[in-house]
Amino acid sequence: MNITPDNESLVPEISMRNLDFYYGKEIALKSINLDIYWGKVTAFIGPSGCGKSTLLRAINRMYDLYPGQRAEGELIVCGKNILAKDVDTIGLRAKVGMVFQKPTPFPMSIYENIAFGVSMHEKLSRRQMDDRVEWALTKAALWNEVKDKLRQPGTGLSGGQQQRLCIARCVAVKPRVILLDEPTSALDPISTMHIEALIAELKKEFTIAIVTHNMQQAARVSDFTSYMYLGEMIEFGRTDDIFVKPKDKRTEDYITGRFG
Amino acid sequence: MTLLARRKLINYFALTLSLAAMSFGLIWLIWILWMVFEQGIGALSLRLFTEMTPPPGVPGGLLNAIVGSAIMVSLGMLMATPVAILSGIYLAEYGGRTWLGRATRFVNDILLSAPSIVIGLFVYAIIVAQTGKFSALAGAVALGLLVIPVVVRTTDDMLSIVPSTLREAAFALGAPKWKVITKVTLRAAKAGVVTGVLLALARISGETAPLLFTALSNQFWSLDLGEPMANLPVTIFRYAMSPFTDWQQLAWAGVFLITVGVLTLNIIARIAFRPMRGH
Repeated sequence: MNITPDNESLVPEISMRNLDFYYGKEIALKSINLDIYWGKVTAFIGPSGCGKSTLLRAINRMYDLYPGQRAEGELIVCGKNILAKDVDTIGLRAKVGMVFQKPTPFPMSIYENIAFGVSMHEKLSRRQMDDRVEWALTKAALWNEVKDKLRQPGTGLSGGQQQRLCIARCVAVKPRVILLDEPTSALDPISTMHIEALIAELKKEFTIAIVTHNMQQAARVSDFTSYMYLGEMIEFGRTDDIFVKPKDKRTEDYITGRFG
Repeated sequence: MTLLARRKLINYFALTLSLAAMSFGLIWLIWILWMVFEQGIGALSLRLFTEMTPPPGVPGGLLNAIVGSAIMVSLGMLMATPVAILSGIYLAEYGGRTWLGRATRFVNDILLSAPSIVIGLFVYAIIVAQTGKFSALAGAVALGLLVIPVVVRTTDDMLSIVPSTLREAAFALGAPKWKVITKVTLRAAKAGVVTGVLLALARISGETAPLLFTALSNQFWSLDLGEPMANLPVTIFRYAMSPFTDWQQLAWAGVFLITVGVLTLNIIARIAFRPMRGH
């Protein structure tokens, strides 16, 4: 299957070649072949358990935390196969940031929440760190709401603000790729709207991969969409094509709401 | 009888029964506190804090016992807390599911429920019997051994209930494991860990058995860790058992001090370190 749509120059930032993923003996991803292009938003949709979150968690080697989980095949991020044994996962995670389903502010101040990740990778002066915190919070469209309470705990913010704080925290490290794992499923519609607007802004500087249960959201925010089912990638293409004229019957059934 | 009336009747009975059970338990507690306060306040005086434990028939205080208790309790906490917190971290963050982790947890649970007199005898055998004399150091070691299982358990439990999403979020930013633990997980569990330490402190403040075999007691002022040292629990034990009313008075005063101290610690542990809301 040729999965690279023609026209306009697309640079793959992440490439998967025959990627398999296992939870112990159970296979969760079957021979995935896919490119995620630089500066684009790629959405992963599909029913629960189809492997879309698993796929995302392979890209930053999040699965390393859990014994028994492993990936096979090739997963190339910024030119390197990150499934190799000697990969520096800390360096990888500096390049590939992640935002989770539930907002997870650390038990520290708003300022420290942002500075935490940055200080893992860069030695910044006090002044530079102040600037970086402001820059990241501005990028995440949160600066105006929190600039007067940077010393207050991040846990005191509303759910939507907490999620934007998590995005700011991720952006602050200056990654190339941002992985969003159902970033709005725990948020109200207004906060969701804010985050979606933010995604449109962020894709100017970052490559974004987003897992979502909400098909309208995929249609609104993404340039490319991948439909997954039972660990397989059924269809991948431009979002417009996928939603308007899906090639695969299974994709059509899902996006027209016949199941899932 | 209608269904509603029957339901109300059953509810009434259940409520009465549980209220009665609750009152039965509470009565003893209140009685104990009442007695301690009634007898203790009468025995309170400035002398308690300025004079040494006296021979019978002579006025005196509890200064050496108070200071001795403070020294041994602090020393015990100082020795045990770092070991216990680090062990708790090991269990929760590193080896909890390994063979070693499981075995450690099991042994720790046994230690947790070991009678304190057993710990006292153990320290007697390994320190007092070897050096040939009772000493404050042996007392501190015995108290420390009582602290370890409590703090290991609470640290392990408190770290384990920190949601894994918080850990993942920290790892996702490229933080190495030790940073994740020290800056995020431990911080999220701080209130619980400190509460565990305070409860352990409260527990050993009143322990008598382990000190009876180790620090013994001392009628006089002594700060020498190699010598027997006065302490509140053993002094209370000796004075309360004596036939002299002035000694019995001092024992009540000591009981009062320990009770107020432990009560205060418990209240602090409950209020000041209440888990933060909004997690």
